Amino acid sequence: MRNHLFAPKKEIPRKVYVLAGVVVFLVFLAIWSALTYGGVVNPLFLPPPDKIVRTAIALFSDGEIFSDIGISFTRVFLGFVAAAVIAVPLGTLMGTLRIAEGAFEPFIGFIRYMPASAFIPLFILWLGLDETEKMAVIFFGTFFQMTLMVMDVTKNVQNDLIEVSYTLGARRSQIFYKVILPASLPGIVDTLRITFGWAWTYLVVAEIVGAANGLGYMIMQSSRFLKPDKIIVGILIIGLLGLITDIIFKAIYRASFTWMRREGA
Amino acid sequence: METAKLVIDQVGKVFSTKSGETVALDKTSFEIKEGEFITILGPSGCGKSTLLRIVAGLEEPSSGRVRLDGREIHGPGPDRGMVFQSYTLYPWLTVEDNIAFGLQLKGVSKAERLEVARHYLELIGLAGFEKHYPIQLSGGMKQRVAIARALANDPEILLMDEPFGALDAQTRAIMQEILLKVWEESKKTILFITHDVEEAVFLGDTVYVMTARPGRLKKSIPVTLPRPREYSVKNSAAFFELKMELLELIREESLKVVKP
Repeated sequence: MRNHLFAPKKEIPRKVYVLAGVVVFLVFLAIWSALTYGGVVNPLFLPPPDKIVRTAIALFSDGEIFSDIGISFTRVFLGFVAAAVIAVPLGTLMGTLRIAEGAFEPFIGFIRYMPASAFIPLFILWLGLDETEKMAVIFFGTFFQMTLMVMDVTKNVQNDLIEVSYTLGARRSQIFYKVILPASLPGIVDTLRITFGWAWTYLVVAEIVGAANGLGYMIMQSSRFLKPDKIIVGILIIGLLGLITDIIFKAIYRASFTWMRREGA
Repeated sequence: METAKLVIDQVGKVFSTKSGETVALDKTSFEIKEGEFITILGPSGCGKSTLLRIVAGLEEPSSGRVRLDGREIHGPGPDRGMVFQSYTLYPWLTVEDNIAFGLQLKGVSKAERLEVARHYLELIGLAGFEKHYPIQLSGGMKQRVAIARALANDPEILLMDEPFGALDAQTRAIMQEILLKVWEESKKTILFITHDVEEAVFLGDTVYVMTARPGRLKKSIPVTLPRPREYSVKNSAAFFELKMELLELIREESLKVVKP
């Protein structure tokens, strides 16, 4: 039993698996506590765990944090939706037609290496400082990767599946709507899940410049007023929101694609 | 007026590669009569799949033409159903929707196409599996559904590209019997490709043996075993004789590939 634990790729009991994860969290907390309660670091830079909990409770009972969360979520969501609305059709088209891939892939492959944050000054010049600019940053940060990932998903549809459909009488448009699209749908939903996570990471970048509200703004302000506890709470909230959307996407995936499970619906 | 169902007339295929041109299939001609079960036997890489893909319309011949019921074929169509070696069921559709897929493309009403699906499910011995998804089926079951799906379209000819090649020996033997039963009931013309000598003899009215690359018809061997055939025929002297003759022919070709 004990030597199973260190055998490569060998299954281990579920309990041990979960316990290992808990232990890492506890070790992290222990080091943090030792550093802070032990007086090793200045609480002005790293507050102790209980301070974080108290700040979080204070922020939530105060209620102002909810409007920040709402504003940030709206920015991430709208920027992401705008990206998805174009990226999914474009990506499937690029994965289906070689001519579309040849036309757009080099261009998108080039732009995606340009950092979204470096475009902020341009966006401000073009769009001003209002909501459109924030969404543009999130759009820019996710759109190009999303398009290429959707393209890859679509390209991976088994060629035999397409050929057999032709022999069953499918026309070209039917190949797209009745074969390639349903075959790629799980991969597309998974791509959306992954890129939605990235959208959250671009939020702070979008809210650093020219924002007067939102979680990113709160984090920046807290730095200015030397409130590391508020920064940490802000980061934790963003992390949790990302985790929750991830769980929602996974639930949608499981509910939509019962045909992928051996045990059925 | 042609009497043959399918005429393969001087069909050849040349692939252009970096190192020049490769002849995958030398000019090949033969005919298949209505309702015949023809097996093509050849060593791997002999172009037998290429020939079948040309008949299916998935590949253009470099020379020659293929006629089905007197009409030259261009591109794939529902008059030539195909079963691949790989599993090609639509994983997001239930078994009955898979079988009814071709009919749905044609715009046949739901009630009607499900009735057809049910008929073919019964024929392949999978009644009761209507609502199952492909992931819940074994390899042999998947291939049976693929056969039913091709037949539900009521094609003029059924093209089969080593459909049992990925199955274990026991399952394959059972699948061969099921296919013969399906063929006897549906009266379809079948062109079946295999590299398994026993399979070619057991199934076919005639076995066409192909040479190693470049592929060409080497010999046509009529199989005179009585119909309907059951697995016990594999133990008969006549079966054994045919098998030995074909093994010898195919061995010569396989050796050319291994020791060029």
